[in-house]
Amino acid sequence: MMLKAEDLNVYYGPIHAVKGVSFEVREGEIVTLIGANGAGKSTTLKTLSGLMRSRGGKIEFMDKSIASTAPHKIVELGLAQVPEGRRIFTRMTVEENLDMGAFIKKNANVEADKERVFEQFPRLKERRKQIAGTLSGGEQQMLAMGRALMSDPKLLMLDEPSMGLAPILVEQVFDIISELHKAGTTILLVEQNAEMALSIADRAYVMETGRITLSGTGKELAASEEVQKAYLGG
Amino acid sequence: MKFLAYLVSGISLGSIYAIIALGYTMVYGIAKMLNFAHGDVIMVGGYISYIAASNLGLPPLISVLLAMAVCTVLGITIEALAYRPLRSAPKLAVLITAIGVSYFLQNSALLIFGANPKAYSPVVSGTLQLFGGQLSVSYVSLLTVACCIVIMVGLTLFTGRTRMGKAMRACSEDKGAAQLMGINVNRTISLTFAIGSALAAVAGALLCSFSPTLMPTTGSMPGIKAFTAAVFGGIGSIPGAFLGGILLGVIESLAKAYISTQLSNSIVFAVLIVILLVRPAGLLGKHTQEKV
Repeated sequence: MMLKAEDLNVYYGPIHAVKGVSFEVREGEIVTLIGANGAGKSTTLKTLSGLMRSRGGKIEFMDKSIASTAPHKIVELGLAQVPEGRRIFTRMTVEENLDMGAFIKKNANVEADKERVFEQFPRLKERRKQIAGTLSGGEQQMLAMGRALMSDPKLLMLDEPSMGLAPILVEQVFDIISELHKAGTTILLVEQNAEMALSIADRAYVMETGRITLSGTGKELAASEEVQKAYLGG
Repeated sequence: MKFLAYLVSGISLGSIYAIIALGYTMVYGIAKMLNFAHGDVIMVGGYISYIAASNLGLPPLISVLLAMAVCTVLGITIEALAYRPLRSAPKLAVLITAIGVSYFLQNSALLIFGANPKAYSPVVSGTLQLFGGQLSVSYVSLLTVACCIVIMVGLTLFTGRTRMGKAMRACSEDKGAAQLMGINVNRTISLTFAIGSALAAVAGALLCSFSPTLMPTTGSMPGIKAFTAAVFGGIGSIPGAFLGGILLGVIESLAKAYISTQLSNSIVFAVLIVILLVRPAGLLGKHTQEKV
C-alpha cells in the first residue's frame, strides 16, 4: 500500500472540516477525490502533506506513519503536492522555481532533472529566465507541476489542477497527468471537474461536507446515478 | 570642500544604518515581524568586542569575530525562545514580545556592565588626508563603507545564487509552498536571525568606533533609525535597506551641518513621513496583496 489514511478528523478552530475520512492509494494507481467546493478535499491533501494535522486517526505512507512528521520531511519521503491555486514563487524565475522543487536533493546536479521537466513542458524552457508571476495561468500550472516533479515523487498529489483554466488547457493538463502516470508516478488527484477526473482515474472517492460518501472504480462512479445527478449534470 | 566632508560622514554613518537595516529587513521579509530587539543586539556586539579588545587584549579583528559569534548565538536563541512559540499568534503579541526582549537585553547589560559609559577604542585609527589636507576622512569611515559594500554584495549573491538563499526568498513569499518543496521553514528563519545578528555585531563595532561611548542604551537610537531606513527603502528589500540607510545617513549629516544639530533627528523623520506619503511601500518596496 502506498498511502493509507484512516479516520482523519481535521478542524479549523471550531469547524469540523474533515470527518472520519479513510481511503487508500495503491502503487501505480490514479486515485481521484471529487466533490463540491468546501467538501474538505483540499484540507485532506493539506493534512497528508503535514500542513494541517488530524486529531487522531492514522496516515501511513509506504508503511511508515507520517501523521506527525514535519512537512519538509514528508516531501523527502517522496510525497509531493501541487497545491491549490498553484502557489508558485511569483517573484522568482521559472528556473529558480524548479530549483526550489529540487530543494531536497541538496547539492546534487539537478540539470538533468530540469531537462526532463523541460521536455515535458517545452513552454517552461522558453521562459526559463522569466519571472514566474508574469506567466499565464496555464503556464503557471505547468510550472507548479514541473516544480513538484523535480523532487522525483513516488506519489504526486494534485489539488484542482484544472481550476481557472480554459477547456483546451484543462485537456492538456489531464493529458500530462496521464503521461506522468504511464511513466510510473502514482497520482492522487483532487478535482471539482468530476467528468475529467473520473475519465482517467483507476479509483475514485466522492467527498461531501467532510465525509466520503461513495467510492469505486472511475467507471463505476462515472456510471452511478448519484454521481451523474450531483456532479456530471446528467 | 566642507560639503564633501559632510557628505562623506553622512555616507559612512549611513553605511552603519544600512548594515543594521539589513537585519531588520531580512527578518521582516521572512518572519513578517519587526524585531525591535535588533538594536540591542548591536549593543551586545559592542560590549563583547569591547571586552575582547580592552579586557582580554585581543586584536580588533578577532574581537569583532568573537562578537559576531556571540551575537549569532544570541539571535538564534532569541528567535527560538521568544518568537518561535508565537509563530501563529497575532502580530501584536509578537511585536510586544520583541519590545520585551529589547528591554530584557538592555537591563541585562545594565546589570552586567553597569550604567557608566565605556570608552571604546576604535577598531582602526587615523585619518586619510585628501586634496592636500583639505578633506580628511577617517579610516573608520572608509572601513565602514567598505564593510557595507562587501556585506551588500555578499547578501545579494547569497540570496540570488545559493540554495539556502533562494530558499529564504521562497519562504518570504509563501511559507506553505516552501514547506511543500521540502524546505525547513524554522531552520530558514533561524538562519535569517543568525545572519542579521552577526551583521548587528559588525555594526556595533563600527558604531562604537565612530562615537566611542558604549552604554546599555547605545543600540536604541541607531536601531530605530535603521528600522526607519529599512521602511524608507522598502521593508523586505535588501537593496532598499542599503539605499534607505545611506540616504538617511546623508540627510542626517547634512541636516546637522546646515540646519540644526538639535533638530536633525526630527528632520530625518519628517523626510520619512513625506516619502511614505508619496510612496507608501518605501522607495524600492513593492505593494503586496495579503493572501486570504
